[in-house]
Amino acid sequence: MFSEELKKIGWDETSRRIAAMTDADVRRALMPGHRCTVDDFMALISPAAEPYLEQMARLSRRYTEARFGRTISMFVPLYLTNSCTNSCVYCGFHVSNKMKRTILTPEEMVNEYRAIKRLAPFDNLLLVTGENPVLAGVPYLARALDLAKPLFSNLKIEVMPLAADEYATLRRHGMNGVICFQETYHREDYNLYHPRGRKADFEWRVNAFDRMGQAGVHSIGMGVLIGLDRDWRTDITMMAYHLDYLRRRYWRTRYSVNFPRMRPSENGGFVPNAIMTDRQLAQVTFAMRIFDHDVDISYSTREPAALRDHMATLGVTTMSAGSRTEPGGYYSYPQTLEQFHVSDERSPQEVEQALRAMGREPVWKEWETSFDRPHLVS
Amino acid sequence: MTDTLTIGGRSFASRLFLGTGKFRSNEEMAAAIAASGTEMVTVAMKRVDADDRDDDLLAHVRRPDIQLLPNTSGVRDADEAVFAATLAREAFGTPFVKLEIHPDPRHLLPDSVETLRATERLAADGFIVLPYCQADPTLCKRLEEAGAAAVMPLGAPIGTNMGLRTRDFLEIIIADAAVPVIIDAGIGAPSHAAAAMEMGASACLVNTAIAVAGNPVAMARAFADAVRCGREAYLAGLAQTGSVMQAEASSPLTAFLD
Repeated sequence: MFSEELKKIGWDETSRRIAAMTDADVRRALMPGHRCTVDDFMALISPAAEPYLEQMARLSRRYTEARFGRTISMFVPLYLTNSCTNSCVYCGFHVSNKMKRTILTPEEMVNEYRAIKRLAPFDNLLLVTGENPVLAGVPYLARALDLAKPLFSNLKIEVMPLAADEYATLRRHGMNGVICFQETYHREDYNLYHPRGRKADFEWRVNAFDRMGQAGVHSIGMGVLIGLDRDWRTDITMMAYHLDYLRRRYWRTRYSVNFPRMRPSENGGFVPNAIMTDRQLAQVTFAMRIFDHDVDISYSTREPAALRDHMATLGVTTMSAGSRTEPGGYYSYPQTLEQFHVSDERSPQEVEQALRAMGREPVWKEWETSFDRPHLVS
Repeated sequence: MTDTLTIGGRSFASRLFLGTGKFRSNEEMAAAIAASGTEMVTVAMKRVDADDRDDDLLAHVRRPDIQLLPNTSGVRDADEAVFAATLAREAFGTPFVKLEIHPDPRHLLPDSVETLRATERLAADGFIVLPYCQADPTLCKRLEEAGAAAVMPLGAPIGTNMGLRTRDFLEIIIADAAVPVIIDAGIGAPSHAAAAMEMGASACLVNTAIAVAGNPVAMARAFADAVRCGREAYLAGLAQTGSVMQAEASSPLTAFLD
């Protein structure tokens, strides 16, 4: 399990090594054809690489085009519920936040699915929940997947960490992928920001990725919440170690990464411990692509439109569009409290046109439900 | 920093493994082994009589600092390999086994299907299995899952001394492996071994290139140096050939960030 590996990697030592990276380290990592190690990744996200941003962009674009061509995979999230038993101090869905809680009924789910289909030809759907294992647990998710599968070929979930057999169960209900953000790999800070509830268990969360791999989940998405820990460079490096670990062990799985940036005073009123600039986000994105040519890099509507459009040509391969981050936001309850504020508020059609103008082809469908049949019947 | 390789719970300071075939005398083989500093040598089951305490070849390789790695060379399928490995475990008193299944007597190319089957069965039975295999990245992952303690992909057809002909695939295998990768077969010169180690291979196995050299003892020493050099260079972080991609001043890609 990765928690054991993580103990061998010192946080402070990693921070020191990133800070000590030199010009020569960066230049070595930037040689075309060089196979990057996590050490090289550290060089590329370090301040020493800042003068090389343009070269990094060129190399990132080259690798991205070689592997993905000039396409962007489109997806849309649907929040099934904002009900949550956790106390993440930075989150608007925090258990003690006085707000109306919604858990979509099966009928409401179908209304949302249909509303999304009217919005755009989305075929990749991400189902999101808070952590409420009693009212929105595995049977609830299975129902949501069953109802969605006739309308969407590719279904991912972003929910609380589950047991391996629960991931396997959901696979049989048509689930193709799982996204889970570790939030931070800094154990003490993690405990600080997740004081109560199931989420307070660091090990359970960080080892969820192993359990996904063991359950044969096709696609695993990772991320750290940037701004939660003061030192995002070290946090992202830990994620790179984790990615490297996972892809060696669960080699049939595809991986994606996301770099969600916290903003000052989101719904939870939490003030981020660090603000990552656009340049820094671009640097990290290029570094990730140079480190791993095959990983999907996803930008959500958290990011502003112009940044998304440009980054779609330089390393990003997956994007959401037209997103609502409140449960039932597409049809049933369009006015409820959202989890985070969407920055890119364009319609899917506007995003599509913008991407085409940048020379990128938005891809809506990239999976075939019949491939899932052996899992659906087993 | 100590840089040891661990396979099946045993640590190896030397990353050069030797084969014991093709030497003109057992004395010369023993001298080459000593000169190489190796801590693991392969012994072909078919070559030795393990029950005979006076077996000449064995007498020359049995040393406390050397791990014997019996190989199954000669078997043609998984059933025969499992049988041979079981005999080897009894005879040599070690769970280590180099799994070699090459039904084709001409090129001695490994049978991937039988090798995978035998690895599964032997690993389940507690063997420390080191399969000789094709430089096939997917196969190497399957062998790993089957319980292989390391994988031993070939650099070139065995005995040809042609070097790292499978280089592009070896790079993928090394990049993706969660177990040690030992380059086996085809390494004909110390420079080949150094190149393999520079790529990040965990170890090299050499036989023909040492055994048939003009001076096998001197060649064993040269290989030891090459493997050490290559490893050190890998750990030091190689400077790459070529140059860093240049930024184009005319139309920077990152202008939108200004």
